[in-house]
Amino acid sequence: SMTKLGQWLCGLALLGSAWAALALAPPGLQPPTPLRQALLPLPIYLLVAFGCYSVATVGYRLATFNDCEEAAAELQEHIRAARADLRRQGLRL
Amino acid sequence: AMATAPQRLSVLLPTYNERDNLPLLVCMLVRTFRDSGIDFEIIIIDDGSPDGTQEVAEQLEKIYGSDKIVMREMMPVLFPPGTAYIHGMKHATGNFIVIMDADLSHHVSLYCMDCGKQKEGNFDIVSGTRYKGNGGVYGWDLKRKLISRGANFLTQVLLRPGASDLTGSFRLYRKEVLQKLMEKCVSKGYVFQMEMIVRARQLGYTIGEVPISFVDRLYGESKLGGNEIVSFLKGLLTLFATT
Repeated sequence: SMTKLGQWLCGLALLGSAWAALALAPPGLQPPTPLRQALLPLPIYLLVAFGCYSVATVGYRLATFNDCEEAAAELQEHIRAARADLRRQGLRL
Repeated sequence: AMATAPQRLSVLLPTYNERDNLPLLVCMLVRTFRDSGIDFEIIIIDDGSPDGTQEVAEQLEKIYGSDKIVMREMMPVLFPPGTAYIHGMKHATGNFIVIMDADLSHHVSLYCMDCGKQKEGNFDIVSGTRYKGNGGVYGWDLKRKLISRGANFLTQVLLRPGASDLTGSFRLYRKEVLQKLMEKCVSKGYVFQMEMIVRARQLGYTIGEVPISFVDRLYGESKLGGNEIVSFLKGLLTLFATT
């Protein structure tokens, strides 16, 4: 099966050639002007849109990243209990 | 072979200079397993620690019994880095394997250890995640969290791995699955952990997730530097191009 890089290259080649065929077609084969005007900058628009999505997603995930205060406190407690247990069982540190 | 439920858990602990943390972790694990009633063994694979880790491991073996604690030493000269798991697996008698860090950064959660999640969905792999549910971290500043989330986002976009946390390094594996993945994975270090999840998905294994709390007690001492970030990106791009 294809690698992720391979999948990306295939996908980009497909979309890229579709875009090129429509947006860069010679006169005579061109789609209507409004469509052409929308198609030409489409790659840049998509890139910018993806950039905004990335920033928003990472920002959201950063803001909702849990701080595990309880877990840290519980861990400290477990460590204390473990130290006592080990001392009782004769571990020499 | 029919997929069975966990009957005996083998916990693999690769150690290097963990003389202080190891006994605490082993004590906590033993207590957790005894409370949950699951049969277990703890396999300590030491990488030639100069600080006395092996002596401590031998004492633990005496305290808890050598059917429960197994100590194996790795000769760094003979074994290349990253093979602690392969070495440890040879001695594992459980049908499920837990891989976790030996530096007490993981909150030892009963839910993880009694295989509740695994039984829920009969998963081949259960992976701990810091990014979902009530998983999270303790002791990280904003910058560290941003790097973590940014790196994870990049990983999700490029690899679409089907797991939310590839570098959380707390995992439960069915033994045959881990053996198969060990054969197929070629990366070194923590990229190896990432590769295992990616390959697991490709091979059709099922992956469940449990939230884990990563309590970073060492952050003050070891900052995440440019070197680590560069090597992460190299590893990620390698996986992108080869899996």
